[in-house]
Amino acid sequence: MRKNGFARHALIETLHTVQSSFGYLDDDSIRFVALSLRVPLSQAYGVATFYHYFTLKPPGKHTVTVCAGTACYIKGADKLIAAAENRLCIKQGQTTPDGQVSLMVARCVGACSRAPVALCDGEVVGEVTQEQILEQLERWTAA
Amino acid sequence: MTIEELEQIAKNVKQENEKYDYEINVCMDLACASQGADKLKDALVKAAEAGAKKVLVRRTGCMGPCSHGPLVRVDPEERLYRRVNASHAEAIVKSLGGAPVPGLQCNLDEHFDKQVRVVLENAGYIDPEKIDDYIARDGYKALLTVLTEMTPNGVIHRITESGLRGRGGGGYPTGLKWGTVAKATGDVKYVVCNGDEGDPGAFMDRSVMEGDPHRVIEGMAIAAYAVGASKGFIYVRAEYPVAVSRLTTALREARRHGLLGNNICNTPFNFDVEIRLGAGAFVCGEETALIASIEGRRGTPKPRPPYPASSGLWGKPTLINNVETYANIAPIVRNGGKWFFNMGSERSKGTKVFALTGKIANTGLVEVPMGIKLREIIEEIGGGVPDGHTFKAVQTGGPSGGCIPADMLDVGVSYDALLKMGSIMGSGGMIVMDDTSCMVNVARFFIEFCMTESCGKCIPCRAGTAQMFTLLTRICDGTGTMDDLALLEDLCSTVKETSLCGLGQTAPNPVLSTLKYFRNEYIEHIVHKRCPAGVCNMDAAVEVVA
Repeated sequence: MRKNGFARHALIETLHTVQSSFGYLDDDSIRFVALSLRVPLSQAYGVATFYHYFTLKPPGKHTVTVCAGTACYIKGADKLIAAAENRLCIKQGQTTPDGQVSLMVARCVGACSRAPVALCDGEVVGEVTQEQILEQLERWTAA
Repeated sequence: MTIEELEQIAKNVKQENEKYDYEINVCMDLACASQGADKLKDALVKAAEAGAKKVLVRRTGCMGPCSHGPLVRVDPEERLYRRVNASHAEAIVKSLGGAPVPGLQCNLDEHFDKQVRVVLENAGYIDPEKIDDYIARDGYKALLTVLTEMTPNGVIHRITESGLRGRGGGGYPTGLKWGTVAKATGDVKYVVCNGDEGDPGAFMDRSVMEGDPHRVIEGMAIAAYAVGASKGFIYVRAEYPVAVSRLTTALREARRHGLLGNNICNTPFNFDVEIRLGAGAFVCGEETALIASIEGRRGTPKPRPPYPASSGLWGKPTLINNVETYANIAPIVRNGGKWFFNMGSERSKGTKVFALTGKIANTGLVEVPMGIKLREIIEEIGGGVPDGHTFKAVQTGGPSGGCIPADMLDVGVSYDALLKMGSIMGSGGMIVMDDTSCMVNVARFFIEFCMTESCGKCIPCRAGTAQMFTLLTRICDGTGTMDDLALLEDLCSTVKETSLCGLGQTAPNPVLSTLKYFRNEYIEHIVHKRCPAGVCNMDAAVEVVA
């Protein structure tokens, strides 16, 4: 916040910083940011919920993000998502009850030439197969 | 920084480079990097140090044919190697000056021959984090020439003369836009670069920002001089962390060299740029929503007029252009408007970068002159549809665009021709589909995208896309009726005519274009409960019939 001179228009930047430090935005941090930047709480909460990038729930220990951009979709990303959902018994956007793995779906990570793409804890895996994803999940859940 | 100093830097870099006998350029763009290009580069550096020859190993931005990555180019021979990994490093260094390494050579002459590189002229030749590399390839020369020799009106005249149109998709004449902002009254004006590449399936803006960030900054600075602004913003998606860090480095370097800041090149011109992060909202690519987002609010569009050119950021006149538009500015200033005007088709000038993806042999970035036939892009540059499948359609323009069928491939690419075919130029995503893609399902995918990305401000878009999604889901399930189809068509025109911003107005395009060219697939789903491509699961419908 100091870096941006406590400017009101730096709300999104500030929320980015909070999320990259804590992994998610909780009520306390949104309240704190709103108070410090002197923006209405409704605006801060509105921004936090409007943008898909912000999450209000704590993520799991590991995150697998399947890209569902057009190129990935054409090459079968929907089947990857379904396979992962079945394996983890959760829906996309959720975290397993033990807090181990989150399954997320991204709009496009910009690696379309290697579609379908998945991000395993932030690392880009191109031309990913169902087996690869399940194997990775196996490793995470076993650990 | 003066022109003489700039030329001195360029000379120094060239002298430095001449000390080396060979250059090995390693593509480190996302696609290659995700296949171990960083390890490869380390191995090459090690091998080069051990060898007797003087070799410069350089990391570069995207070289283009990503499906063949990781790519390595050896200069001065211009030998391109494909699918290189760290174990090949020694062989490559040993082969310098001799015969090329067998088995790694990449013969893509057909792929490169038809391309004309303006925006991507430096991609694959410079290290994106070194400003000196950019300067050595005539970087910032255009900016300093403009500042010392041209009037703002002269710059606008040159851009108008070039016939450049906005590369974000709409195709608004850039010179006209600059002229409007320049004429707007007010002492504070802003220049904004739209790097919110929301179109899923397109990545050329990411590639330009990551591979050649200074080009964008130079374009913005020239624009700022022309319209009389002193502050700029680059709005980048948070999903592109590498682009953000490359731009941050580039801005720091430019400031250090006195190419940004106060009194640039000893003239009264001041200009600086800040980076603003998006947070994953497709609608923020729309001008007024983007402004709201930079101001730290929810990205919801506003009715226009007033246009941002007269009342934009904080109510001040604001110039908004796309990354690729800014990337075209420096070459136009350097080579003259006529040079640019002579490329391309009648009403669409210059070149366009496309991200070629989907069911095609050579996926990656291509830059082609406007007016080139779609067939040439797909069959010659792209290498056609692999694995014995047949081409069905090419989708351009992302969720706002449409699908173009095989019998229309001989049309030349231009803003107007694509619009006539029911699609749009868009930012440049080009997704090829073969006979295994179901067009109804694709339309449903795009409507789902628009439904979740709709900001919810105006009703036609918020409710209309949701209803269209329900109807399309029914058709895909096999439970749809012909009445549903009629309702869908009716809804398309309502949403198209009455939505507030570009997102809603163009959201029905994927449905309309597939209905126009692939109507039989819809009928097949509804009447025969059959998905010709075998994508849709129709078990539910078959049970009902039984």
